[in-house]
Amino acid sequence: MLLAVKNLSVSFGGVHALNLSQFNLRDKELRVIIGPNGAGKSTFLDILCGKTKPDSGEVLYDGEPVLGKTEVQIANMGIGRKFQKPSVFPSLTVYDNMLLAYKMKKSIFASLFFRPTEEIDFQIRQVAAKVGLSKELKKIAGELSHGQKQWLEIAIVVLQDPKLMLIDEPAAGMSDEETEKTGELLMQLSKHHGIIVIEHDMKFVEQIAQDLVTVLVRGKLLVEGSFEDVRNDQRVIDSYLGRANVQLENF
Amino acid sequence: MEKTKDFRLYGAFIVLFLVLLPLGNLFGIVSNNTISLWGRYFCFAIVALGVDLIWGYTGILSMCQAFFFCLGGYSVAMHIVMKGATASGSDGTSIPDFMVWNQVESLPFFWAPFQSFGLAMILGLLIPAVFAFVFGYFIFRSRIKGVYMAIITQALALAMWLLFLRNETMLGGTNGLTDFKSLLGFSLASPNVKLGLYLLSLSGLCGTYFLSKKLVDSKFGKVLQAIRDSESRTSYTAYRILDYKLAIFIVGALLAAFAGMLYAPQTGIITPGRMDVRASVEMVMWVALGGRGKLKGAILGALIVNFLYSICTSLFPDSWLFILGFLFVITVLYFDKGFLGMIEIIGGKFRRKQITEKVAGHQVVES
Repeated sequence: MLLAVKNLSVSFGGVHALNLSQFNLRDKELRVIIGPNGAGKSTFLDILCGKTKPDSGEVLYDGEPVLGKTEVQIANMGIGRKFQKPSVFPSLTVYDNMLLAYKMKKSIFASLFFRPTEEIDFQIRQVAAKVGLSKELKKIAGELSHGQKQWLEIAIVVLQDPKLMLIDEPAAGMSDEETEKTGELLMQLSKHHGIIVIEHDMKFVEQIAQDLVTVLVRGKLLVEGSFEDVRNDQRVIDSYLGRANVQLENF
Repeated sequence: MEKTKDFRLYGAFIVLFLVLLPLGNLFGIVSNNTISLWGRYFCFAIVALGVDLIWGYTGILSMCQAFFFCLGGYSVAMHIVMKGATASGSDGTSIPDFMVWNQVESLPFFWAPFQSFGLAMILGLLIPAVFAFVFGYFIFRSRIKGVYMAIITQALALAMWLLFLRNETMLGGTNGLTDFKSLLGFSLASPNVKLGLYLLSLSGLCGTYFLSKKLVDSKFGKVLQAIRDSESRTSYTAYRILDYKLAIFIVGALLAAFAGMLYAPQTGIITPGRMDVRASVEMVMWVALGGRGKLKGAILGALIVNFLYSICTSLFPDSWLFILGFLFVITVLYFDKGFLGMIEIIGGKFRRKQITEKVAGHQVVES
């Protein structure tokens, strides 16, 4: 088991943002989490990468506890995060963005005396080709289109070579064609990495959901199953259409 | 292209300041006063490099650089004053004159190390570095940034200013330290020593520029810019932001202190007035006016603003602050990249004009 979560709960100002009884992820599994706005999807990823401190619960990554560690420690353990709003270094070139992400020693002295090697250059170019940014390497990242920024951030996460990737709405603001390319990229990545993807776009979810889809509603686990099961589940339909709030309270 | 432009700029700088001004001084065309002024401007430019590293590259708005500058300045001044001390205390050791006026009878313990030139130099850099380390550690660990950082560093500058103003601090109070006679046996009043200090400051500026350039071109420099762009992304990419911020804060403090050490012997006086909040704010302004995020911009800003200051205060003594304010507003409104950006824009227009003229010329010939 790559990731094992138990009884994770966090509330903001009295509102239960997340109350997750159980969540497990196998190694090299691609899991899609869906759910209406405010379901706690992003909060869940925030906790996993150390951005938010939960009130209680347990998170084991590769058998090691994650909670209480700093962002840097968690990143070093092998968890990489892509945010919903593209978060890259806008004033650096695309190449430098990737260079900074590349997995290596990141202490001040290592950075001060860093010398580029062919191995690093090769890897960066390979990943750039994968995300379709080969021609943009010298461009300033701030000048990229929204979709390209999304890809650059995915490239940044890939170059960190994490065992677990947390990908938050990768297809937001992308055209249909770009979305499909992103889907293919994620499927390819899932051969080597465990991935959790948060997504709203059902067409995209259908494309990438190979095994399990998890549905969160109001911070709770509603249902977990294949895409077909989830799509036909009445409770999921209701919560997405937003008319079954009463039912959900009872649930 | 970029390289040759750089070399031309460096060449012009060297010819003007290393050849023309010193030669002019030796032949009596350039006054000693001018040489001494420019020597001091170079010191300010060194501080500006530090401000640019901290603020321009890393995005930390530090408003206490003048304090670090004065720590360096005071340590050299203390050494000079000790050497020039004529009075003697109750236990027979010589003590500076101002202490006698304050009825101090024996040398305070922290003055003792400054009798030695070497120790004074080391302490002049060590004290600011340690101070920056301790202060920076607590600020950066509690993730204070932006406006709060500016406020807290200003508060530090203010507190230290008040501390240095007091006679009980034994650093000369409001009057500061003055009456500098000689340093390492060189009389500070002699024109040759003044020229020597000028050249020393110039080479100090060139050296620190070269090192800073190395620093920002390295991967370390890229991490600094990454921190400025997105702190969260930097830490999720596994860089410990605290280490980097602390390192650059110390480098900035060291640059300021180094500049202060070169500055004090050239002015002949150092007072707490040099370290008040306004002085620190002005240092940030040099960089903002010159071009934030470019080392050349920081140097250009410090030199131009101080040169203008000298001219304007002699021509229109009362209106300097208005002129500075006006410059600042214009820069913020129209030239967000500062003087350096302005030069680049004008240069670009000029070049384009040349090209279009060339093209037009060709067309005439062809027709």
